[in-house]
This record gives sequence, C-alpha cells and structure tokens, in this order.
Amino acid sequence: MIRTILGRIVALIPVLFGLCVLSFTLLSMVPGDPVTAMLGLEADPTAIAALRAKYALDDPLVVRFFAWFGHVLLGDLGRSIQTGRPVTAMIGSALVPTLQLGAAAMVVSLLVAIPAGIIAAVRRNSAADLAVSLLALCGLSLPSFWLGILLILGLSISLPLLPSSGYVPFLSDPDAAFAHLVLPALTLGTAMAAATMRMTRAAMIEVLSADYIRTAKAKGLPARRVVWHHALSNAMLPVMTLVGLQFGQLLGGVVITETVFSWPGIGKLTVDAIFARDYPVVQGAILVTATLFVLINLATDLLYTVLDPRLRSAR
Amino acid sequence: MSSALARVALRPERSAWWRLLTEPRSALGVLIAVVVLLAALFGPMLSSYTPESPDFLATLAPPSGMHWLGTDDLGRDVLARILYGARVSLLVGLSSVGAALLLGLPIGLVSGYAGGWTDSVLMRCMDVLLAFPGILLALGITAALGASLSNTILAIAVVNLPVLARVARGQALAVRGLDFVTAERALGFKEATILWRCVLPNTLSPILVQASVLLASSIITEAYLSFLGLGVQPPIPSWGNMLHDAVGFLDQAAWLAWFPGAAIFLTVLAFNLLGDGLRDRLDPRD
Amino acid sequence: MKPPLLWAEGLRRSFAVSGGRRLVAVDDVAVRLDRGRTLAVVGESGCGKSTLGRLLLRLYPADAGRILLDGVDIETMPNLALRRRIQVVFQDPFGSLDPRQRIRDVLTRPMRLHGLCDGSAALARAAALMERVGLSPDLLGRLPHEFSGGQRQRIAIARALSVEPDIIVCDEPVSALDVSVQAQVVNLLQDLQRDTGVALLFISHDLALVRHLAHDVAVMYAGRIVEAAPAARLFANPTHPYTRALLAAAPRTEVGARQHVPLTGEPPDPTAIPPGCRFANRCPEVRPVCREGLHPALLSVLADQFSACLFASDLAALIQPERTDTVASPTETRIAVYRRARDASAGVAP
Repeated sequence: MIRTILGRIVALIPVLFGLCVLSFTLLSMVPGDPVTAMLGLEADPTAIAALRAKYALDDPLVVRFFAWFGHVLLGDLGRSIQTGRPVTAMIGSALVPTLQLGAAAMVVSLLVAIPAGIIAAVRRNSAADLAVSLLALCGLSLPSFWLGILLILGLSISLPLLPSSGYVPFLSDPDAAFAHLVLPALTLGTAMAAATMRMTRAAMIEVLSADYIRTAKAKGLPARRVVWHHALSNAMLPVMTLVGLQFGQLLGGVVITETVFSWPGIGKLTVDAIFARDYPVVQGAILVTATLFVLINLATDLLYTVLDPRLRSAR
Repeated sequence: MSSALARVALRPERSAWWRLLTEPRSALGVLIAVVVLLAALFGPMLSSYTPESPDFLATLAPPSGMHWLGTDDLGRDVLARILYGARVSLLVGLSSVGAALLLGLPIGLVSGYAGGWTDSVLMRCMDVLLAFPGILLALGITAALGASLSNTILAIAVVNLPVLARVARGQALAVRGLDFVTAERALGFKEATILWRCVLPNTLSPILVQASVLLASSIITEAYLSFLGLGVQPPIPSWGNMLHDAVGFLDQAAWLAWFPGAAIFLTVLAFNLLGDGLRDRLDPRD
Repeated sequence: MKPPLLWAEGLRRSFAVSGGRRLVAVDDVAVRLDRGRTLAVVGESGCGKSTLGRLLLRLYPADAGRILLDGVDIETMPNLALRRRIQVVFQDPFGSLDPRQRIRDVLTRPMRLHGLCDGSAALARAAALMERVGLSPDLLGRLPHEFSGGQRQRIAIARALSVEPDIIVCDEPVSALDVSVQAQVVNLLQDLQRDTGVALLFISHDLALVRHLAHDVAVMYAGRIVEAAPAARLFANPTHPYTRALLAAAPRTEVGARQHVPLTGEPPDPTAIPPGCRFANRCPEVRPVCREGLHPALLSVLADQFSACLFASDLAALIQPERTDTVASPTETRIAVYRRARDASAGVAP
C-alpha cells in the first residue's frame, strides 16, 4: 500500500519537472524583448544593457532555466515587472478569492447534481430522467462565459439584484461578499454540475442493476433503504473520483469566470499579467496552477485506491 | 473498460453512417451540425451584408426587417458576422482536432502497441501536457506565440493531442493481445503492416467518439480565447470576439450577447450530441 | 537417414512475473513430428502446451534448446520462409479473425504476401480453399461476425492452408466449440491431412478427443513431457500415473472398466517447483524416492513408448488387456456417426 503511494508520487517527479521546463520554455518563446517592453524602444542603450544584465537575459537558455528552477525550488518565483512585488506573494493573495469561488461553485454543483443524478437513475427512462439528461447536456454545451454574461444581463442589469463584478472579502462585509459571490459561483458551478449529474446518474444506474441490489430487494428490504444504503455508498466512489477531478478542472474554469466577473483570483491574475506582458507573473501563475492540478489529481487517485476495497486487496 | 470496449468496438455490425443516423441523439447532432456547416459554407454568400463593412448610420440597431439580428456598435450586420464566425469556429475546431489526430493517433498507437520504454517515454511527455488544465495551456501558448488564427489552432491542437494519444494507446493495448494480431504475425506480416492494417482500423471507433467531444471543447476554447482578445483577432469575426464587444453594450444592446453565444451553444451541443450518440452505440447496454 | 520434419529438444521457456520470480512454462521438452502425421500434445490447462506451440511457431524465442525443421535450425531461417512452412489455428474462433477483414482478404493476403500467386489467381485459390474446408465460395465477401463458431474455425483452417504449410499447429482448435461441431472440425482436419499430407501438432486438454485423430501422443504436466507414445499404445497401455489419471477422467461408459483413482490437488506452483517428480504430490503411486533429486527423465519403456515415471515398467506390468465389449464414449460415437453420414452422401457442412 505504502509502496503504491510512494510509487505514484515518484512517478510524478518527471512530470513536475517537465511542467517546469514547459512553463519556462513557453514564456521564453515570447517574441519581443521584455526589456524594451518595459523601457520603450527609444530608451538609452546603457539602461537597456543594465536591465538585461540584471535579469541575466543574455545567458544561454539552459543556464537561465536552471537559475530559474533553482529559485523555484527555494520558493522564489521572481518579481513582477509591473509592480515589483514578489510573485509568490501575488499568487498567494490571489489564491484566497479563487478558493472561495471554487468552494462555492463546488457546493452549488453538488447540491444540484447529486440529487438530480440519483433521481434520474432511480426513475430511469422516465420524463424526469430525460429532463435531467437534457439539462446536463445543455449545461455541458453552454460556454460558461456566455452563461456569465447572461446572468449579468438577467440578474444584474435587467433586474438589478446582484452586483456584476468585483470582490468583497468575507470578513469585512459578509452580506456584500455573499452577494458578489452568487453570480460567479452559479456560472462556474453550472458547468461542473452538468458533468457531475451525468456521472452520478451513470454510476447509480450501474450499481442499481448490479446483482447484489437485486438480492437485497429479493430479501425484502424496502426499496428506499436499498437505494439509500447499498446503492448510494457504492456509487459514491466513482462520483467522488469525479468530484476530485473537478477540483482540478476548477482551476481551468476559474480562469474564465474570474475574467468575466473581475474576480481577483489566480485566473484573472494570469490573464491580466499576459496582457501586461508581466512574464514572471504569468510563468509563476501557470506553474502554480498546473502543479496544484497535478497534486489534486494525485490525491484523488490515491484516495480512490485507498477507499476502493477491491483495489486495495489486489495489491 | 478497455477490454469490453475493445470487444464491442470490434463489432462492425453496420456501417458507421447508418449507426450515426439511426440513433436519435446523434441524428439530431448531425442535423444541427449540417445546418451549421451549410450556414458556414454558403451563408456569407447569401447575406447581402459583409461582416466587416461598417454603417455608421445604423449602429446598435435592434433586430428588424433590414437586419435580422440587428447591428453592432460599428453598424455591422450581426447575422453576417455570425455566419462568417461559423466558418472561423468550424475551421478552428476541425483543424485543431485534425492536427491532433494526425500526430496523436500514431503516437498513441505506437506507444500502446510497442510498450516498454517507448511507451513510458511517450506517455510521460503526454502526461506533462495533460498536467495543465486545457484552457490554461492554450492561454499559455497563445501568450507565448502571439494571438492569431493560426496560433489559436496550434494551441488548441496541442491541448487536444495528449487526449487523443491516450485513447489511441488504450485501444492499441486492448487490441494487441488479441489472437488475430498474433495470427497476422504468424502468417509473416511485418509489425508495421499489422499496426496499419489490423490495429488501426479496429481502434477507430472510440477515437471517433473522443474526436467528436474534442471538437465541441475546441470550439468553446477558441471562443473563449477570442473573447479574451488572445485568439482570433478583429476584424476577423469570431463568435468569441463578438461576445467580447458585446460586453461593453450589455445595457443598450443585449442582442449582441444573445446571438453569438447561442450560436456557440448550438454548435457545441451538436457535437456533444454526436459524441454521446456514438458512445452509446459502442457501449454494450443491458 | 532423412531427418524428421520437425525436431525439437531441450526446449525451455520461462517468464518473469512480479516479485522478481520466474514462471517456468516449458522445461526440457523434446518434440518429434514426421510428415503427414499428427502429434497430439495433451495436458491440463497451465501445463505449458500452448507455450510449447508458440515456441515451435517462433512467436517467442526459447530460453534454451533448438528447433529443427527438416534438419535446419529455425532460428537461422528468414521470417517469411519459416512462416510459409508452419502455420497455426487458434483456440478462440471469435478472436482469431480480424473483424474488419472480409474473408476473401483473410485468405488472399497471405498468399500474396508469400508470393504464391498474383491478384487474379488468388481469388480462385481462395474459392478452392473455402470448398476444401466445406464452405461455399459465395461467402468470400462476408465479414467474420456473419459466421458461426464452427464456420470461423474452418475459415481459420483455410487461412492456415493458404500458404501451403508443411505443419499446422492447432492450439485447442475445438475447445471453444459446441460438442456437436467439434467432431466435424476434427474430421475436417483428418481429411485435410489425408488429402494434402500436412502434419498436425494438435494441442488439447481432451485426451478422448485425440484418440482417433492422433498418430502419436505426448502428455504434458507442469511444463514437462511425462509420457510419449503412439496413440494406440498410450490408450491401451499408459505407463505414467498422470496419463492413467487423465484417462480415468475421460468420460467413458465401460463394462468392467479398470479402477482408476481420480485426481485431487493442484499442479505445483510454476514459480517454485519442488524437487523430484512434479506429479509427486498428486500421484497415487508415489514413493519417497519420487520426491528427491531431479525430475525423472523421459526414458524408453517399450520400443517407442517413453515415460518419465521412475516405476514405468512396473506400471506396464500391471496393465490388464482391455476388454473388447466396451461402450464408446460420446465423442467417439459422434465421430463414428458423422463418418458414416459423410461417407454416405457428399454433403457440404452447414
């Protein structure tokens, strides 16, 4: 057991290293000179040279990579070109709103998706099932930024109920914070809900048609108890896996939602930095996001292995 | 899943086209996709307006007899832009999935069939790509290379590549141990011939399903990149950058947000329906 | 003296399994097959007979030993040359044909690969092959899933015949078929051997099935051959306790059948083989010396009958002559009935 866990972690190391290589390479491919971007084309050549020396821009690529990598391992992601602040600090403070949004979206998604998926599975091939399947398909096909715009249109402009952008820290004003959270959470939660709905339905159907459920029913257990006790606990395993994976997908979806609602999370940070050509920030943000993604997937994977009794004994 | 899938994928009961058209979901998907395709191919020619010619006398006009879907802030006809945008979306979608197939299929097949070191190395590379959430990777690539139509296609192709490679690999793994592959070897055929003539045709079905789903996600990703301003650049009309323009006028001209978004939604829905229908055809149901 | 068609000796093949251990599938096996004859290799599942078949087909290399085809080491033969001479029919009729290839391609592609004929003649030859295995040439345009299990095995046999091999390795070709169809396919193989002179290496777990088909029988247990003899001799006069146990297990209704002790227990773990005779822990005749030293060698008991039991000659002495009023097993009855029907009319198989 410990061996499998360690094995998985060790297998990740080349991937994480590859991540770093890719992040670094991508951003060093950027056409144009960051120094000229900062100082302008007409700047004094000495100033340009000094700045280039400061950022060691003239060293060969491999040397620059390992210099950067060394810093990364020590937790130093450099400094923002725009603001001069350490990138780690910027990312750190951006993670808080992102996590809030993510958690809220998860709650929305689970509250809607799991009951809907269960109902659809239990009443298979009924009108309810059809409705849920259709709804899920539409949710998957809906571009989330469009949904966000429509929500703003409907609940912020036509009916001025909720603010359309911005963020208020929870601790300073809970009511306003909540109001600002609603639309973004709904937007992000919908896409996640669609996928979770389908997965829950599929998992429940598979479990319900399994032989041991028929046995339980034949034993005379009341249907409700069969559903709630036996079927649910077994179906929850793949659903949990999906939820875990969705934590990872969150990191992608969050980029879209934060830009639409001007939510100061890591997604907006990344996009703003791209436009500002603030490459250390872009590099750092992409690296952190991808690493989190990998780690969350690993954690989900391991959790699944630990919890699935069949997989456990197979080792 | 893979061995069951392999067994079923190996059942060419009817031709693929017949399968597509008889399953209600994929039939609907095909219908919508065909409509979109026709609109993209012929629409711009039929419209009396061009997508790029401004008309400053008719800016922000709501839908009317003159302009069926209204005009935008520069007086451009929204319908014409939507029809043209269909071309862009389909172009980006098909090219990015096509390119990913061209590269990902061989990588996955060889990796799964050969196994060993080849498999490990290739899949590690794919894992690195998969370690990024798709949109982030596409963002990163367009940020690095600059925003343009071709770079958008490239970026999305890179995102799609490892997904297709993984599916191809899974299928190759499932098929390579089957007796008919061994039989071909025993008959004297070379490994390359076996891969091309035996393994590949028997792995296409799940790959088709995945490609269909990826088509849907590629169109959304392109729309999002263009929405941000990092994808297809104006004046080329893309449904995404139309939405970008619409945001500034939400209170005045809501139709500018409705129509491009609906277009994206319907097109993506079509390909998701197609993918779903195809997948149902392949999965054994009780 | 002419070398035999197929001669192998000292064959050994092992596989690495998890935990760094090795699974010995085939250990010091020798095989001899002459032109136009059938050698049956019989044993329970896991005894290594399939691995042996694949070794002979050079589908994987042997760890030790050599295989000679007409006196030539197959390791030195170019791939196509080898494949032309020795072919295979697999067990699973539903997995051994490419579901996406039409039958005419299944049959003509090997012919073209080996340069046996060109495009137009190939189709005619494919039609002839179909007829030879009892199927109509009209079916050449069909796909495998349109045929029954028995028909697919016929197609597989036709495919093997398409390159005109000297040997066909049949790896449990009828085990996955209905009992009623088994007899038909076995008879087909016999007819083909009679007509084309092809030698057959027939791998099976069913001793009763090979009784009428094989000229010679080799019995395998735990990776080794424990008895080898001409078929008639083996069935009348088994000199290894395992062979006798297999015969006892074969369904027979006999009047006055001899008493055989049924087998219990499991074969030894192939990754941890105990010393001495591998059959020792299940052998009804086991003595202490059986568990010591190396596995007994395959030694001649009678003229061309070999046994790996230390007490083979004692067993031979115990054999009673078989009674003549035995009732045939169901398989034998079926084969006989089919033969009569087939000889009575020239019908084509369904």
